[in-house]
This record gives sequence, C-alpha cells and structure tokens, in this order.
Amino acid sequence: MTTTTFSGTRSETGLAGIAAVALAGFALLAAAGFAQATVIHDSAHDTRHSIAFPCH
Amino acid sequence: MIRNLLASALFAGVAAGLVASLLQFWLVIPLLLEGELYESGVRVHFAASLDAPVQSPAGPAAGLSQDPARHLLTTAFSAIAYVAFALIMVAAMAFAERAGHRLSARRGIVWGLAGFAVMQLAPAAGLPPELPGTIAAEVSLRQAWWLFTALSTASGLALIAFGNGLLPGALGIMALALPHVSGAPHLDTYYGVAPPELAALFATRSLAAAAASWALLGFLAAWFMQRARPAG
Repeated sequence: MTTTTFSGTRSETGLAGIAAVALAGFALLAAAGFAQATVIHDSAHDTRHSIAFPCH
Repeated sequence: MIRNLLASALFAGVAAGLVASLLQFWLVIPLLLEGELYESGVRVHFAASLDAPVQSPAGPAAGLSQDPARHLLTTAFSAIAYVAFALIMVAAMAFAERAGHRLSARRGIVWGLAGFAVMQLAPAAGLPPELPGTIAAEVSLRQAWWLFTALSTASGLALIAFGNGLLPGALGIMALALPHVSGAPHLDTYYGVAPPELAALFATRSLAAAAASWALLGFLAAWFMQRARPAG
C-alpha cells in the first residue's frame, strides 16, 4: 500500500503571517489611496480618480 | 510561507497595475484631462451669460504628451495601489486556503472580480467615480463611508462564498446592502460644472478598467501563489 503525503499544509502561512501581509496591504492602500498630505495627494491624484477613490 | 505571499502580491500587483495604467491612459485619463478644462474654466458647459448660454465644443484635451512627469507618477501610483490590493487579496486567499478552500488561477479570476466589487463597484454605487472638479461632500466623510462599504461588502461576499446554509447567506446579503441603506454622504445641491456625458463616461470607463485589471490581478496572484508552492 502506498501512502501519499499531503504536503499542502507545510507551505501554508501562519495566521500571524497572513495578518502581517494584510496589514502591509492596508498601510500601502492608506498611503496610495487615502493620505491627504499635499505631496502624496497631488502625486496620486490621477490614480485616485481613475480607480474610483474619493480624492478631494 | 510569508515570502510566497509577499512575492506573489508584488509580481501580480505590479503587472496588473501596469496593465491598469495602460487601460487608464487609453480610456480614462483623456476624459480626466478633458474634465480639468471644465474644472479650471478653460471650457464651459452652458454657462449663464447675458444673451445666449455659452457652450464649448466637445473633444479631447491637449494630450498625454504634455506632462510626462505627472503621468509617470500616475503609473507608479497605479502599480502601488494594485500591489496594495494584491497584498490584501493574497492574505484573504491564504486564509481561505487554510480553511480548506482550494485555490487555482481560474478561481483567482473570481477572487479578482470580488475584489473589484469590494474596492470599486460597491463604493461607486454610493460615491460615483469623480471627474476632477466635482464638488462633493467633505472628503473625510466620503472616505469613511468608502471604508465602511468596502469592509461590509467584503464581509458580505465572504459570508456568501464560504458560509454554509441559509443564515450566512442572509447575513451576507444584509452586509452587502447595509452601506447603501445607511447611504453615502451627499450634498443637498448639484454643483457639477462638467457635461454629464463626460462625467458618465468617466465613471463607467474607470469602473470597466478597474474590473479588467482586478480580473487579471486575481488570476496572476493565484497563479503565482500556486507556482510558488513546493511540489508535494
């Protein structure tokens, strides 16, 4: 009898890792899409309008 | 592994962000530049005057070649925004995989379209994509409603997609509807200076470009995640 080992779980990321990745995404999204500091707002202006984010 | 998630998000986000830029420069930015002509008053849409209303002819603005630095920044920020979308999505994908839901590149497309619904379509149902010059409610109020809508829509879709039985489905529908029942912040007067045709085309095209880019983002993110997995 052959046994096949399911190794999928080995490569799974732990909950803390998943949370860290999501947090990085939220931080980046806050900077690119939400920050109202003039320099960031002006640089990201056309992008925010184009991706349907509230801009100003 | 966290490195797989980060790398998948980075590759997929940059690629989808660049494609999004191409779509935007083709379909969206020319309208945005045209809208700025009305914002600045270079063109007018049926402005009141003493005798006849004044109307500028339609047509594209001076063109994309005018300000390369500005458009380079837009490209860079599109890539950054889509990397941000990708980071959040791969985290959600990894979480779903842990819960036993299989992922494939094909399913990634559905993930991407769900992301589009969360980040663009549902918020746009209350706050339409704005041409420059659109006068709207206080930006912090709109951002707060946007965030609430995105979170509520994401929860609703997750309940519907991964829940078992009637209750999660019913709760999911409620979560989808809640932001629109409470309503987005709006002003009590219309202030639009741009032609409605232009504003409408801008809104629909920016959503279409985002939908296509998100579908690609979901496909690529799932594909990279599967590919990075060590063969068992």
